[in-house]
Order: sequence, then structure tokens, then C-alpha cells
Amino acid sequence: MHELSVCQALISQVEELAQREMVQRVERVRVGIGPLSGVEPQLLQHAYPLAAAGTLAENSELEIENRPIRVHCPTCGKTSDANASRLLCAHCGDWQTTLVSGDELMLLQVEFIRETDNV
Amino acid sequence: MCDTCGCNMTHGNQHLLAPGGKLHKTGQGNEAVTVLKNLLSENDHIAVHNRQHFDRHGVLALNLMSSPGSGKTSLLEATIGSLGNRYRIAVIEGDLETENDAERIRRCGVEAIQITTGTACHLDAHMVHDALHRLNLDDIDILFIENVGNLVCPAGFDLGQHSNITLLSVTEGDDKPAKYPVMFRVAELVALTKVDLLPLLDDFDPERARENIRTLANAAPVLETSARQPETLQTWLQWLEDEIQQHRTHCENAETA
Repeated sequence: MHELSVCQALISQVEELAQREMVQRVERVRVGIGPLSGVEPQLLQHAYPLAAAGTLAENSELEIENRPIRVHCPTCGKTSDANASRLLCAHCGDWQTTLVSGDELMLLQVEFIRETDNV
Repeated sequence: MCDTCGCNMTHGNQHLLAPGGKLHKTGQGNEAVTVLKNLLSENDHIAVHNRQHFDRHGVLALNLMSSPGSGKTSLLEATIGSLGNRYRIAVIEGDLETENDAERIRRCGVEAIQITTGTACHLDAHMVHDALHRLNLDDIDILFIENVGNLVCPAGFDLGQHSNITLLSVTEGDDKPAKYPVMFRVAELVALTKVDLLPLLDDFDPERARENIRTLANAAPVLETSARQPETLQTWLQWLEDEIQQHRTHCENAETA
């Protein structure tokens, strides 16, 4: 259960970005997570408000994009969907595939509110 | 992995680089910044730093992972017994509590640094970096990092190691790779341990364990070992020696380059 520490790493990146952009409030944070990253999206969602409390991201929304597991097969040259415990090529059944997506643990986008009235 | 040049973009996530620029307005009039950065980039940054330390001093660093009680420390004791007179070995031990494992290693005449993580379920690159300050890397050929016993979380954190070694004891069941794919997918070597118990078990088939690892598209060698039967460790010891030689060549080439 390391979702809270992952969340804290996420918040520190978001805060750094907010400070760089000189904005007052973070509205929405979008991340992409694949099943092979080892992070459970639901747990991350629960941990998020705890990690965000007292930061520029407090009360912001965490939007999680679940990334699909996709493998490429060098034997038949095709790409197919797979699941976490079975990364075989769906076309020819070969096991020596390479992962195209599904292990992501990425900060994709941050949305800010810039309160321009006071500037 | 590099988080700044975009080389972490795969076919699967290229659509994220949609037009609209890095900073653009959303429908609600908010500003949005596209980032595409690994959430653990801070850990990864320190891991790269650790790896540079290792390479500069010609140290081969190996990360040992498994569930608790699968025989990581026993394998290390047997390995030190066989290779300790030819290579200078040191061990970083990760556990929630106690110095027990470090003390076992020290009794073999090898330096051991114990990291007690408290409640943390894994080692991260920062913890390993702090431990490195307590070791003289010039006096080490192989550094074993014995991770916290856990088949889930340690797989997510790069420590700066050169290879991941995952242990699976035969009492755990041969379907563990299918149940914990994140861990077994990243293993560069899998050691089935306690194989001396196989005659007593009717539900563990090494071949099935191997198939479950191949099903994760992992071509790593799967070795059958028992720390109680030194003759079963020959392939493991040979693998280590090959890794050391390859690593030395790599470090020498990097120096002359």
C-alpha cells in the first residue's frame, strides 16, 4: 500500500508546476495509470484528498485515465490487447511480446484557476 | 527513463500530445498545462544518481525481492560462503523492524547496513542513497540490496540497481507469477528457492512456474535452488560471475568513452 507516497509525489509535482505558473489554485489533475504500474487507481483516488490537504491542490479533482494493456508481437508484427497476468500475443499466441502501454504512472495534465482580478 | 525529452512517449500514449499547445484554455476557461511526467520521477532521479555512484566505483548492484520468508537472506549467506573469498560483497538489508538479517550477514564476515523502514512496505531510491553514505563503494564488487519482503510494492521503485532478482519459494505455489505480475514481469532472474522441499509438495511444478513467468513475456532465467544444497547453486553463482564480468567491461568502456 504505497498509494499515499505516490500521491505525495504527485502533489509535490503539481505544486511545483503551480508555483512556476504563478497560479493560486489547482482545479483538476489528470493522471494516466496502467494496471502494470502496480498502483491501484481506487486507492490513489482515496489517498488524493489527504495528500492535497493544505496545498495549492486542496479541493482539486483527481481524474484518472485507466490505460489499457497493449502488447506488440515482433513475431507476427501485430499489436493486441492483453491482461496483466497474460501478456501473450492475441493473434499468434507468442509470449515474446513487448509492452506498448499499460505500465504508465504519469502526470498528464494540470488545470489551474488564475485569479486575474487582483493582478 | 527520461522525463524531459519525451522518450517515454510510447505508441500507446502518443495521442496525449494532441494539438493545443502546452498551455491552453479548457472549456470552462481554466488554464491547463500538459505535463507527461512520471509520478515517481523524483525517485527515478535519485535512482539514476545511485546507479552513477555504482558505476563510477565498479560496483554491481542487485535488488533482491520476494515475499517474506522465501529465503533471501539464506541465499545471500550461501552466496557469501561460495564467492566471499573471490569478490568483496556488501549487503543493504530492508525490513520494517529489527537488525536480525543484517546480523546474520555480518556473521558471514560481510558488511551489512540495515534500513528499518518502520511502516513503509518497500525500499526507495532515497533510503538506498542514505545507506550508500555508510559504505565505502571502493571496497565493494557486489552490493546486494535485500528489499522488504513483499511481492507488491518493491516492484514499483527503481533503486539504481543493475538487475532485479525475484525469489519464489516452492511452498508459495507455482501460480505466484500470475498473481503478482508486476513483480515477476520486471525480474531479470527468478530463483525458485527451497527446492529440497519439492519431494514433500505435490502442488508445485517448477515447469508450471516457468510457464507462468513466460506468460508475462519475461525471458528471464528461472533457476532451481536450495540454500541447504550447495550443489544446486552452481547456475546462480555462474550467473553472478557473468554479471560481474559484463558489468566490469561496461564500466571500463564507459570510462574510456
